[in-house]
Amino acid sequence: MADLSIDMRALVKRHGATLAVDHVSLKIRRGEFFSLLGPSGAGKTSLLRMLAGFETPDAGDILIDGQSMAGVPPNRRPVNLVFQSYALFPHMSVAENVAFGLQMKRVPRAEVAERVGATLELVRLSEKRDRMPGQLSGGEQQRVALARALINRPAVVLLDEPLAALDQQLRQQMQIELKAIQAQVGITFVCVTHHQEEALALSDRLAVMQQGRVMQVGRPEDLYERPENLFVARFVGVSNEVRGTLADVQAGEGSLLPNEVSLSRGIRVPVRAGLQSGIQVVMTVRPERIRVSPGHVTGADMNCLHGVVETMRYIGSEWQGVVRIGESVRWTIHASNATSGSRPVALGAPVSLQWNPGDGVVIPLT
Amino acid sequence: MNQSSLSVESAVGSRSRFAGFRLLVPGLLWTIVFCLLPMIVVLAVSFATRGTYGGVVWEFSLDNYRDLLHPLYGRIFVQSLLMAGMTTGLCLALGFPLAYYIARLPPRRQALWLVLIMIPFWTNFLVRTYAWIFILRTEGLLNTVLMQLHMISTPLDLLYSNQAVLLGLVYGYLPFMVLPLYAAIERIDPALIEAAWDLYADRWSLFRRVLIPLTKPGIIAGCVLVFIPSLGSFLTPDLLGGARSMMVGNLIQHEYLVARDWPLGSALSILLMLIVMGSLLGYFNAQSRQAGERGER
Amino acid sequence: MRKQGLWLQGISGLGMAFLYLPIIVLVLFSFNASRLSAMWQGFSWHWYGVLWHDEALLAAAANSLWVAVLSTSLVVLLGVPAAMGLERLRGRGKQALDTIMLLPLVLPEVMMGVALLLFFVMIQWPLSLATVVIGHAAFNLPVVIVMVRARLQKLDPRLEEAASDLGASAWQTFYRVTWPLVRPAVLGAALLAFTISLDDFIVTFFVAGPGATTLPLKVYSMIKSGLSPEINALSSVLVLASMGLVGLSLVHQRR
Repeated sequence: MADLSIDMRALVKRHGATLAVDHVSLKIRRGEFFSLLGPSGAGKTSLLRMLAGFETPDAGDILIDGQSMAGVPPNRRPVNLVFQSYALFPHMSVAENVAFGLQMKRVPRAEVAERVGATLELVRLSEKRDRMPGQLSGGEQQRVALARALINRPAVVLLDEPLAALDQQLRQQMQIELKAIQAQVGITFVCVTHHQEEALALSDRLAVMQQGRVMQVGRPEDLYERPENLFVARFVGVSNEVRGTLADVQAGEGSLLPNEVSLSRGIRVPVRAGLQSGIQVVMTVRPERIRVSPGHVTGADMNCLHGVVETMRYIGSEWQGVVRIGESVRWTIHASNATSGSRPVALGAPVSLQWNPGDGVVIPLT
Repeated sequence: MNQSSLSVESAVGSRSRFAGFRLLVPGLLWTIVFCLLPMIVVLAVSFATRGTYGGVVWEFSLDNYRDLLHPLYGRIFVQSLLMAGMTTGLCLALGFPLAYYIARLPPRRQALWLVLIMIPFWTNFLVRTYAWIFILRTEGLLNTVLMQLHMISTPLDLLYSNQAVLLGLVYGYLPFMVLPLYAAIERIDPALIEAAWDLYADRWSLFRRVLIPLTKPGIIAGCVLVFIPSLGSFLTPDLLGGARSMMVGNLIQHEYLVARDWPLGSALSILLMLIVMGSLLGYFNAQSRQAGERGER
Repeated sequence: MRKQGLWLQGISGLGMAFLYLPIIVLVLFSFNASRLSAMWQGFSWHWYGVLWHDEALLAAAANSLWVAVLSTSLVVLLGVPAAMGLERLRGRGKQALDTIMLLPLVLPEVMMGVALLLFFVMIQWPLSLATVVIGHAAFNLPVVIVMVRARLQKLDPRLEEAASDLGASAWQTFYRVTWPLVRPAVLGAALLAFTISLDDFIVTFFVAGPGATTLPLKVYSMIKSGLSPEINALSSVLVLASMGLVGLSLVHQRR
């Protein structure tokens, strides 16, 4: 497919006895901002380094723009890496760092100068072109690292935890800038991160990885709204869960009979094709989809569970709390502080949690 | 209240500083008496005159220094500088790949290799130089082996030449070059090497544009550590060199113990000292300029 | 780039071989039964036997050991406090004192030998074994200082503060806290200084009096007066002894 920037086929990588990458296949489209999201040890950095050429897969192949990268060393791949530590050459100025890749390819001096100027404009560092890396701030160093990669117009730019070293505020600002630059330049970006919010904010599509395997691939909304397994549900957001048996499955709907909570009637859940009555499932729903009301409330067309407030935390824009349902089920709730006023519910008070049946996601337990 | 606490603090502070100095005194005295003072004596004698039977006559004169301008001495100085320079160059050429190789070994093997390099350096220099005599002389090992293998018919004349001296010097001072080089290379962030590779550098460009600039302090340190001792070396040219391989060290020894011209020998020593000091100053200058260029303060 | 190119491995191997070849050759041929040293004619302990019975040699060995023991003791007694003193010093004098104390390290040995000779003559101190001891102590002092300082710098200054806070006097702090932590470095430095003293030739050459022959001086005169296979045996002993001592020193430092 000419539209594919990267085609990873059944990649395997072992580090000693452990399987760092376990038969991973991914397709990344041209011009996409793609993220590899996962906790440390998930294998995403190994994958990135295999793309860059610093590690060779034990099995499988990588095709970039249709060409196999087997046996191709890093200095001959159409790929450039933005290192987590930036790896700027301390003995070269900003301009010299950025020019390096072009000089290695013997691009004529006039063209190099022109492209350096344009790329520095793009990352808004033109006035600092003659500074040394040691004189720049963290954010500025990161932009130099990015410029150094972009100037070569590679097929793919790889980013290893690009915003990890920045503080919170700078981080959000850089997220916006990074996205804007990528949109402007149109090059495929593949970004590795363990920061879930960041991945959702930046990516056109992302893959969640755990222990060397891809747990789910898709657009941010797909992963957040419709997680396919518990790991994704828990990693990409907060997961309020209840286990039980699926019953009365018909026409895309069903009923969940919880194991640990006694209810008068089952929880209404959407059921996708292939799931049958009688199996054990987990239903998960996001905190922000739950309406919290004090006391005992019932509503006909909403699901409802009753519980007791265990903890309540004020974090400025909202209240976050934990409600205990039954003996052992605990759900996280967010209550917005939209109107000035008192605490929404008191500690220890009984509450009702209601949500739309369509907001629940059913995940089978294998 | 404030006054008393201030005085307590300053008392404690000065006490510890004083205590430090007190510990230093015996060692300092020793160095002053047996190192500094002798050097001053040499300086003084260099301006004196030679007595008839080899003693020192305390008549101020610049003759010794003027004598140094004689082409005979000049030649020896120049030859010493050349030898020291070539030694440094060869040590660098051989030492850099070795240091680079060691710096990229897994840590435990690095320690092993470093120890292996250190050990010859600390063992008897005289014995190690003699070993080369054993190998290189006309009835020596090399010639014997080559003649046994019928590769030559008459023994090669390898010893008692400038080449033999060069070999001995490189052999003696190679570890001095490898260690600082290793330290400098080891300090390089491996991500920088990967970054250069990622940016299409081939091995030569990597070497020239990244490795060398980043290890420059180590290179200079190694060169200084090899240049200075080889300049003043005595044993190697004495044992391995021929009649025309005389270096400054031999000249000094000759003037002192054979010709018994102490003033002249002293002048030579002072001149040697000046060259050594000059190299050191140049080295320190280069170090601080490096830090300045990088924007480090 | 974890695997290293063959070219690089080759050069490194060659470099190492170059460093060790002469030593190995020496030791090997010290067992050569033949008088014409370079042709191998069978294994023999003969030359070691000759060594053992050479009176002059044994006297020189004894001298070397004496000098080494005395100069090393001197150097440790002077150097350890000096290292501690230098570490504690603050202020402008520090740089200057540092340079003075480390001076012998950069001077070519010929210079030191010659300067000491002149000095002893000027103050009319006759050359003897004592002058050798003094000379050794003078140029070995910086060695001990550098090594002990390196260890001191890694020492957490808070430890001494804690001891002081708990009521320890300066001496107690040193004896119970500093010294145990610094001891391995001191031992290592002492072993190194001992080795250097045993092996030293140049300074000894200039300041030794008549009858104050040390082993290296003996080896030198043996080499100059024509070669005898004894020299191989003697050299092997010296080299192996040095290597052993240095190995011990390094092992101690690693602790």
